[in-house]
Amino acid sequence: MLIAIVDYGMGNVGSITNSLKLLDVDSFVSNDSRLLTKADGYILPGVGAFPVAIENLRSRKLDITLTNEIIEKKKPLLGICLGMQLLAEDSEEQKFTRGLGWIKGHVKRIKAEHVRVPHVGWNDIAIKDANGLLRNIEQGSHFYFDHEYHLECEYTDRLIATCDYGGLLVSVVTKDNIFGVQFHPEKSQRNGLKLLRSFSEIVKESC
Amino acid sequence: MLKTRVVGVLVVKAGRVVQSLKFSRYLPVGKPEISVEFLNKWGIDEIVLLDIDATKEKRPPDYDLISRCAKYCQVPFSVGGGIRDIEQMSKLLKSGADKVIVNCEFLDRPGLITEGSKRFGSQCMIVSIDSMLKENGEYGVRSSHDLTGLKLNPVDLAKKAEEVGAGEIFLNSVNRDGQKNGYDLRLLAKVRNAVSIPVIICGGVGHVDHLIEGINLGVSAVAAANFFHFIEHSVVITKRALVEMGQEIRLDTYTTYERQEFDDDIRLNRRSEDYLTNLRFTYLPEEVI
Repeated sequence: MLIAIVDYGMGNVGSITNSLKLLDVDSFVSNDSRLLTKADGYILPGVGAFPVAIENLRSRKLDITLTNEIIEKKKPLLGICLGMQLLAEDSEEQKFTRGLGWIKGHVKRIKAEHVRVPHVGWNDIAIKDANGLLRNIEQGSHFYFDHEYHLECEYTDRLIATCDYGGLLVSVVTKDNIFGVQFHPEKSQRNGLKLLRSFSEIVKESC
Repeated sequence: MLKTRVVGVLVVKAGRVVQSLKFSRYLPVGKPEISVEFLNKWGIDEIVLLDIDATKEKRPPDYDLISRCAKYCQVPFSVGGGIRDIEQMSKLLKSGADKVIVNCEFLDRPGLITEGSKRFGSQCMIVSIDSMLKENGEYGVRSSHDLTGLKLNPVDLAKKAEEVGAGEIFLNSVNRDGQKNGYDLRLLAKVRNAVSIPVIICGGVGHVDHLIEGINLGVSAVAAANFFHFIEHSVVITKRALVEMGQEIRLDTYTTYERQEFDDDIRLNRRSEDYLTNLRFTYLPEEVI
């Protein structure tokens, strides 16, 4: 079982590699389409702005590779933070930009009426579906969030966890073999490791 | 609900973590990577590493040190000391830092923060301010050029930092550093009211009550450096005490010190002889993730 961390010039690939190493899970970082096809599962990291990120993916033709592997061959994918937002239909960050469109929803700025934006720090999540990715996570576990924009989902059955920050924010979404988390599991200590462990189990089961 | 963060600060001098007293005297603690490993295991919410030699020696940040430390860090890792340009920030982030802390260079060239926040996002930019209470009762700011405190006002500087695009303020106090008499709450309240970005307060913690004073003033994060050294499980015990006193913080370690009695200085009370004898025959399973 091999997990590929997609390197498209955005994101803290080092932290994710460190976490997977701790869990003794085999992984590699690459932006080479041919190498990426050899993996059994994918992690799409992301720190930065939406338009640059999607442009980076497209210019390296990684969107085509990922569509082939994830939508056609049904390999599992975990999108982290910006990596999760890229799965949505579109985003209003900086300018209107189309995303990958694998999860129905739009990325919008957090409404700042009573809270400070960006949303930075440890928040607890409310879990709706404790199977799949969140099988080892307890209700009310803390994760590290760091974002200014968030995903607004259209279909609530795909939303499996939320957190409370001046209103409910989507924290975890899923659709078949695609998972997205708004927080940073690689920076969320034990809970983050547990979640990455579950993802690696999902990858193992699928191959 | 978002929790107030408890931040551990590692002051690094000559490649070693030190306890610092009033920014002028130092007591060695040990290897940075071991400090990071312990703080991380004990459930700290964020680690701040400050290389206090870099600016003085006019050298770039020690990227090798940062990447060695980042290996053990499963929590957000903020790094400061010697940062002068965008290239250095980029290298630090690649070495495993999540945020960068700028101090002296911000005083000379605030535009650096704007450049940085455009490229890496404002959540990545922390401006650190070393406030000084001068003899005439006024506040100044210490920099590497002027150890006696410039004519700058920490509150104005904090406003400026927000203007140019900083994501957080790290407010330290030279007079209180290592003095164990609590945060400078008067200055903290002024700075907190002046800006709308998160404020991290540091300098002077000697007791859990001091952390609570900070939390009650509504800061985003309370930081301590010397306070966490030389005590086994210092973070776990501190957090347990905070929870016992009714504070809402993140508690997420395998060891929790639940049902443990503390004295007034938050030192653990000795358990009864029976309990300790029984412990010899109790199987304590190791945590498996």
